[in-house]
Amino acid sequence: MDFSLSEDQRALRAGMRELLAGRFGRERMRAAVESGGGVDRGLWAELGAAGFFALRLPEAEGGVGLGLPESVLLFEEAGRVLLPGPLVATHLAAGVVKGAAEGRAVVTVLDRGGPVQDLGDADALLVLGEVVSLAAPDSARGAVAVRSVDPLTALLRPVRPVVGAEPLPAMSGGTLRYEGALLTAAEQLGSAARTLEAAVQHARGREQFGVAIGSFQAVKHLCAQMLVRTELARAAVYAAAVTGDPAETAGAKLLADEAAVANARDCLQVHGGMGFTWEADVHLHLKRAWLRSGRWLTAAEAEEALASDLGAGEGAERG
Amino acid sequence: MTDLSYSEEEDEFRARLREWLAGVLPGLPPKPSPDDWPGRRAYDAAWQRMLYDAGYAGLHWPVDAGGQGATPTRQLIFLEETEKAGAPYVGANFVGLLHAGPTVAAEGTAEQRARWLPPVLRGEEIWCQGFSEPEAGSDLAALRTRAVRDGSHYVVSGQKIWTSHAEVADWCELLVRTDPRAPKHRGISWLAMPMDAPGVTVRPLRTLAGSTEFAEMFLDEVRVPVANRVGQENDGWRVTMVTLSFERGTAFVGEVVACRRTLAALAGEARATGRWDDAVLRRRLGRLNAEFRALWRLTQWNVSEAERSGGVPGAGGSVFKLRYSQARQELYEAAAEVLGADACDLDREWVLDRLSSLSYTIAAGTSQIQRNIVAERLLGLPKGR
Repeated sequence: MDFSLSEDQRALRAGMRELLAGRFGRERMRAAVESGGGVDRGLWAELGAAGFFALRLPEAEGGVGLGLPESVLLFEEAGRVLLPGPLVATHLAAGVVKGAAEGRAVVTVLDRGGPVQDLGDADALLVLGEVVSLAAPDSARGAVAVRSVDPLTALLRPVRPVVGAEPLPAMSGGTLRYEGALLTAAEQLGSAARTLEAAVQHARGREQFGVAIGSFQAVKHLCAQMLVRTELARAAVYAAAVTGDPAETAGAKLLADEAAVANARDCLQVHGGMGFTWEADVHLHLKRAWLRSGRWLTAAEAEEALASDLGAGEGAERG
Repeated sequence: MTDLSYSEEEDEFRARLREWLAGVLPGLPPKPSPDDWPGRRAYDAAWQRMLYDAGYAGLHWPVDAGGQGATPTRQLIFLEETEKAGAPYVGANFVGLLHAGPTVAAEGTAEQRARWLPPVLRGEEIWCQGFSEPEAGSDLAALRTRAVRDGSHYVVSGQKIWTSHAEVADWCELLVRTDPRAPKHRGISWLAMPMDAPGVTVRPLRTLAGSTEFAEMFLDEVRVPVANRVGQENDGWRVTMVTLSFERGTAFVGEVVACRRTLAALAGEARATGRWDDAVLRRRLGRLNAEFRALWRLTQWNVSEAERSGGVPGAGGSVFKLRYSQARQELYEAAAEVLGADACDLDREWVLDRLSSLSYTIAAGTSQIQRNIVAERLLGLPKGR
């Protein structure tokens, strides 16, 4: 057993962090916020070239041939920098929707009639149900814009039921939902780790009463709890990526959602009044964390799945 | 991150251990009552002797200290399998095997190792821990029990508290102040004190659960040979920190496995009594399933990281302990809800556990102290108040 990251995995993660720092640094991110979000096609293609979408496709099909653990590391990096766009849906559609693997196509997802992310920018729409099907984005024609809480994520609500024109028998709705939940959990993990860093950085630098506020126990304890949440979520997300177990994945989504939301709130608190301003990035993390919490697998669904798992009559399983 | 499976060798170790456990556990006598300390000592000692004879004693101890020098992964498997099989807990041997023993192994002289380590592994000598004092609990280094040199002896006077197993212990790992003028961390020494020495008085304390799990200990001019000091004089704080860092790595492995068993049993009980139809309760149990699954993975993560970095678990143990102690308390709160009106019945399973669980956020460093450790040592926040 060696549950720690391999050298290759560390290198992969470092490479993605570097790419995103160069192409989607803070200024770029804030510019995207001011322009109302949306998908940057140039960046999308660069992500495609870096293997972000084709990571799990076999090399024979032009992919990178890696697995869920590696995908999770990349999505964690995307979550750290608040990278916008339907990243998860496009990644899941690689190999199924033409151009998705290369980052030439933008694929979004319709799940149980909820608002659809970045529909206006999408080339294809996955319709997620018992069976998965594919629809042209204009089959949701007339969809009404939702005033999205997250300024980096455009949301459109379809006005009539969308029927997928092309069934995708190779994709199971269950598998897709759980893989989507896991990759989303990885983004939440990245966001939780980032807001922890921001809180610690602020607590070290900001002085009140003549000392850094990080020397106050009340502030320390907020930060310590943020680390505890992050590390528990990390163990859950990484393990689910290795096992692919549905109950484990449900647990990972539950704990990562909690870590992202609660860490953003605590980070905001540590920043004081500054944290409540538009200029601080923390509200962007919080809003995206709320959005992700409602996608793929909600807390209620995850908890029900984990409760059903308790019926299996097992204690701690092997592995 | 790629490998949560075990090697062939580790699987064989697990299979042998399982087979051995299946063979010996049915023949064990019934567990003594929690208040029967001599009975508990005899029971725990007999189990330790069985482990010793089968080659499972001191699995994680260095070979030259009489142990097996096993990797943390093997230790993980051992703790997981013994708990799953319902084997006896380490019990009265806890301090000797997990704390005093490793301290002597790491810092003791050859004579000290030969004198103290084999009887611990064979279950023949029980140790207790004389660290905390009434005025020095979380602020452990503020301890005041004094040891004054008199020829080849230290003369020790003071008071210790929360001393588990003191009633039946043969030895006490005792922290004493040997230099009252030095800064508080610098004037402490680590002594092995025989519990039958004149001047040692043990008075059991009753816990809120009604049992006597620990005692207070009064030391009135107790003479301890200087030869019983482990490490240099006034260097006892460092000696202690060496072993504390080991304690938190795998100390809770068996307990996470136990919590998962309890949770499964709670779900079974809720189904049998119809409480399962309550969606709020059901979801609460589902949430706890996520907690304990993740805590198990966090243990494996910490063990893997420790193996990679050469065996010393870091402050990551504090991260684990914070979440674990809270989750385990929530587990017994959920148990009370499953029990309904029976949650007031001390004869129902889980009711005493619920009471005991109140200690988890206090013992071995309160959650408040753990958060300070996490904030200062892992996050690099400045020391303060």
